[in-house]
Amino acid sequence: MADDNKDFEPILVGFFCNWCTSTAADLAGTTRLQYPPNIRPIRTMCSGSVDPIYILRALLSGADGIIIGGCNPGDCHYVSGNYKARRRIAGLKTILDTLGLENDRVWLKWISAAEGQKFAVTMRDFTEKIKELGPSPFRKNWSV
Amino acid sequence: MPRNAMLEVKGGDITGTVRGFLEKLLEKKAVDALLVPVEVPSKKNVVQTMVTDIAQLADVSPLAPVMPVNTAKIISSVTKVAASTKKVGVILRSCELRALVEMVKLKQADMNNIVTIGIDCFGTYSVTDYAVFSQEHDTPAGEYLKKAASGTDTLLRPACKICQYPYPLTADMTIGLFGLPIEKEILVHSGTKEGDQVFEALGLDGEADPAKRDEALSALKSERQKLKEEFLAQVQQEAGGLDNMLSVLSACVACHNCRIACPICYCRECLLDSPTFVEWEAEKYLDWASRKGALRLPADSLLFHLVRMNHMGASCVACGLCEDACPNSIAVYKLFCLAGSRVQETFEYTPGRSADDELPLTAFKEEEFKGFEK
Ligand code: SF4
Ligand code: SF4
Ligand code: FES
Repeated sequence: MADDNKDFEPILVGFFCNWCTSTAADLAGTTRLQYPPNIRPIRTMCSGSVDPIYILRALLSGADGIIIGGCNPGDCHYVSGNYKARRRIAGLKTILDTLGLENDRVWLKWISAAEGQKFAVTMRDFTEKIKELGPSPFRKNWSV
Repeated sequence: MPRNAMLEVKGGDITGTVRGFLEKLLEKKAVDALLVPVEVPSKKNVVQTMVTDIAQLADVSPLAPVMPVNTAKIISSVTKVAASTKKVGVILRSCELRALVEMVKLKQADMNNIVTIGIDCFGTYSVTDYAVFSQEHDTPAGEYLKKAASGTDTLLRPACKICQYPYPLTADMTIGLFGLPIEKEILVHSGTKEGDQVFEALGLDGEADPAKRDEALSALKSERQKLKEEFLAQVQQEAGGLDNMLSVLSACVACHNCRIACPICYCRECLLDSPTFVEWEAEKYLDWASRKGALRLPADSLLFHLVRMNHMGASCVACGLCEDACPNSIAVYKLFCLAGSRVQETFEYTPGRSADDELPLTAFKEEEFKGFEK
């Protein structure tokens, strides 16, 4: 599998909180940290505003991986958005896992505004793991 | 203190006994009105009916095995604009009562002046099966109760066969049938202050021993637990994986009837019917199509089901009405029962168990679900 996927460039979608992970992404850029260019970042006001509908929309449209980046526990600017996000992800991943629908393609990660390094490393890991998984079966499926 | 009383069943007429009890509720002004299942003149259906006049209870039929609409939805629409100022007694099956508890938590129903009368349920038929069955028998409810007692009812809906809570969990009053010699007597139980007030108004109380019912319920419970796990394992096998999932949904026409029938789905405007999802210029559809080379239309049927599971799965009471509402007999209940059960396990949440259990998606703890983080 891994061999077949050597040339596979995954399409990755990131829902990044404005107050932390989005800033970390900028920081990684301005400090010239290297990470794969596969991620398409979407800025959200808080990880708590990422309804599963957006994640599912991306997954079903053929994104190979979706990552939600939020503030560290205790640091959410809206107090509890990230805790609620974690619950939603727990529900979403439970459902995807139960139905055999590519639960491993959805990641939740806490990356603060100061953690440019962590952002770059996470994007590297994420890209690598999704490459290992191969292209999403949703990519070519027109009848979803 | 829970209070119990037995009602004597005369001439084996169980429906008549319940009718007598309901008449007394109005007569003694324990309640001002009743929301109860009444047989329609054609006898083909039994529908929830708001009754204020005792005479209109003549065709009341709370034991008839049919549930056209989940009563939680009815209470929600009746109390949405303003709560009731008069006392209304409502007969509910367990899945209706559990849905009601969820709706109250979701702020979709107001329980002020609502007195819940739960009823033990041996299971229900689909509306179409009941319409046929009711024409074949003079007393459909009586006929059904005989079959229920012998455990040989093939008309029961799949949801009822594996129902984990066929007895009311939180009712003010319960009409108990399980484990009792129902040809001779049935149980009335009060579980709350409101129930106690009714007991007093009716001068009920007396000798009653619900132990037999408790025994029957725990036996039924372990049997049902096993049946449900077998059922879910089979659904997982049949529907698991993208190809199987799409095969199960192949006949979906995106009518969203399943959502309309669901007592838990309450949004006035579902996001999936909103302009964000359905109002686009042709250009956009062509663009979507070009991504995969083709696009099934109407679009987003899998998305619709998955989103619904995410939004309401934790509160799914497994009533099965979604599947009954589907014009193309898609196994919607199977999918939702499976997904809902697993989500409820993740959150250790039992929908409808208690008004005090917090909804899983509004509550949180600082230290939890780390396994879902990366
Ligand atoms: S999803 Fe189906 S089984 Fe669950 S509460 Fe709604 S209608 Fe009932
Ligand atoms: S599953 Fe059935 S009821 Fe639900 S949208 Fe599809 S066709 Fe309509
Ligand atoms: S503000 Fe960043 S997760 Fe809430």
